[in-house]
Amino acid sequence: MQKTLKRYFPIFVLPTLIAFAFAFIVPFVMGVYLSFCSFRTITNAQFTGVRNYIRIFEDRDFLNALWFTVKFSVLSILTINVISFVLALALTRKIRGTNLFRTVFFMPNLIGGIILGYIWQQMINAVLLRYETTLVANAAYGFWGLVILMNWQMIGYMMIIYVAGLQNVPTELLEAARIDGANGLQTLFRVKIPMVMPSITICLFLTLSNSFKLFDQNLALTAGAPSKRTAMLALDIYNTFYGRSGYEGVGQAKAVLFFLIVAAIALGQLILTRRKEVEQ
Amino acid sequence: MLKKVTSGIACMALAFLVACSGGDSENHGSGSDFASQGGQSSGSTGGSGSSGNSSTAGTGGSSAGNSGTAAGSVYYLNFKPEVDSVWQSIAAQYTKTTGVPVKVVTAANNTYEQTLMSEIANKEAPTLFQINGPTGYRNWKDYCAELTGTRLYDWLMDKNMVVKGDDGKVYGIAYVVEGYGIIYNNAIMDKYFALSGAKAASMDDIKNFQTLKAVVEDMQARKEELGIKGVFASTSLNPSDTWRWQTHLANIPLHYELKDKNVTDLDNLEFTYSENYQNIFDLYLNNSVTAKGLLGNKSVDDSMTEFALGQAAMVQNGNWAWSQMADVQGNKVAEGDVRFLPIYTGINGEENQGICIGTENFIAVNSQVSAENQAASIAFLEWLFGSDEGRNYVVNELEFITPFSTFGENETPKDPLAKEVMRYMNDETKQNVTWDFVIFPSQQFKDDFGDALLEYASGGKNWSEVKDIVVKRWAAEKNL
Repeated sequence: MQKTLKRYFPIFVLPTLIAFAFAFIVPFVMGVYLSFCSFRTITNAQFTGVRNYIRIFEDRDFLNALWFTVKFSVLSILTINVISFVLALALTRKIRGTNLFRTVFFMPNLIGGIILGYIWQQMINAVLLRYETTLVANAAYGFWGLVILMNWQMIGYMMIIYVAGLQNVPTELLEAARIDGANGLQTLFRVKIPMVMPSITICLFLTLSNSFKLFDQNLALTAGAPSKRTAMLALDIYNTFYGRSGYEGVGQAKAVLFFLIVAAIALGQLILTRRKEVEQ
Repeated sequence: MLKKVTSGIACMALAFLVACSGGDSENHGSGSDFASQGGQSSGSTGGSGSSGNSSTAGTGGSSAGNSGTAAGSVYYLNFKPEVDSVWQSIAAQYTKTTGVPVKVVTAANNTYEQTLMSEIANKEAPTLFQINGPTGYRNWKDYCAELTGTRLYDWLMDKNMVVKGDDGKVYGIAYVVEGYGIIYNNAIMDKYFALSGAKAASMDDIKNFQTLKAVVEDMQARKEELGIKGVFASTSLNPSDTWRWQTHLANIPLHYELKDKNVTDLDNLEFTYSENYQNIFDLYLNNSVTAKGLLGNKSVDDSMTEFALGQAAMVQNGNWAWSQMADVQGNKVAEGDVRFLPIYTGINGEENQGICIGTENFIAVNSQVSAENQAASIAFLEWLFGSDEGRNYVVNELEFITPFSTFGENETPKDPLAKEVMRYMNDETKQNVTWDFVIFPSQQFKDDFGDALLEYASGGKNWSEVKDIVVKRWAAEKNL
């Protein structure tokens, strides 16, 4: 059985591999190649070497966007995970209507980013109207708007993952802790959190990569206004590629850099949190 | 064992990649070969009929190729969203009379360049598109076919209304003449002039910025009496709706700077008339329907609606805006009350200044589509601007003032703003301002300018910072 499986392995894998190659590997390799080219449309590319990578740093747009993205990501990763973990703790106690609450908190995650962006734009502007200003008047409004929006969207999802993790904490461990005289906080930090480390790994990974790659919400909420000061990396890449003629290659080069940054951060985070996981 | 399997997968993936990329380029090669073969055989089929020599795959392909290319087809990427429906019916009508398929796609506001860029990379690329002048030509010169020999060029009354390449040949032809200025609602103005203590007796008295400012500020103070919410409709500063300011209004200081320096283009803009820009821009901001801080939310549609509903007495826009106003539900502005006032900014001698008349709409034919499609596109244009049926569409539905000799004296649009443009064009005493903004270095420059204006309006920047941005960005973008 093992042997036959092994022999036919390539055949079974082939369809997926072909799909994967067409939908991912080929465009990816082409994309990397294009980042070294000057082109107007992707069919008339000319190789220009690393010029595009140098041009990225000719203006400060990319670095500004990177800094804005980092600030945004740090803050939203913290708030999303803390709030969703607290909610998960609350909703794993036996209180009435738990299922209803879980559903309600999860719902925002089902709405698309663009729509969410416009909804929050309307709501925030309605509040700011009292002060005769708008979301695009000040970069700080856009920043906090994005943080709130991201929290609202992601908390429910992360909460579900934490709920699942908390429910899997063995009851005998909790009982043992209680018998040993551990109070609530001690149980939380010494038993529950170590036991849900796998969930924390997943949640951190998801929030990190989602915050870093955020695009739709950014586009719909502020589109980078005022003066690109609320543009995150993905939006900056999009604007460079489509917004400026002659900068297509630079946009592509930014995208490659972006990929490297996201990959490095996500891998680093995975390795770090994996170390903290304990075997059950 | 697991290791073996994974390395096996990796090997396969690699092999596959190589095969893929190899196959890819092969495909490209054979694809173009095939196309040329198709072209040849389509030429010869007329003589020899179906020869039956070629393989089945070949005939299948080439016959498909023939039917696609024999007649040619037209794909026009339209720039003006306000007349999209008209273009659709023109396309349908042309297909009905000639059998040539015409597809018209309209790019959303402020996204023409993006849409064109992604569309032109398609296999079914636009055969007709437009460039906005020398700057647009610089971006798209690889795609602009020469139009010197076309009848369209022969029909041009003013042979300067073209975009020329460095070789002196014609690559873009203007197809519409437009004008913009401050549109005012004459009924509201008359109401104001009838009030006691009005700062002017009639619109004829408003001939410079000083008078305009006095009148506007007095009107704003007495807006309840006049039944308006503000003199000017909202200065739309929504980031994708700033073109009325960063392009059209910016034309005025640029025009005078060019005139002073006696040149047609500038590597470095000094923005010598920046104070004049600030004059009028402040007037717009401070005497508006909407509070300054809220302008970042307003679009051009919003301001045209405000004007159409009679909430504002003035709005800066061009003759294309009439269709937009007329479509507003509950439109309160009578056709006879819509007029143009030149944009006065406090420049010496502006008493004789007219409105801004010119064009940024130059039609270009895509040189990279098949010869049949290029010919079909030119034929379509010649039908539109030459035949009775086409001209009827242009004048009465698109309501274009065209620069072509095929249009008779009476063949001019009936809408009030177009008539106003004609009036200014024929007024010998007025010096109309040409559309010099076609030399603006890039869209990026305009966007940066617009962003700075938004920050100025919401208090984040002062005027000297705005001026600084304009000067610096101009130099940077011109010298790219």
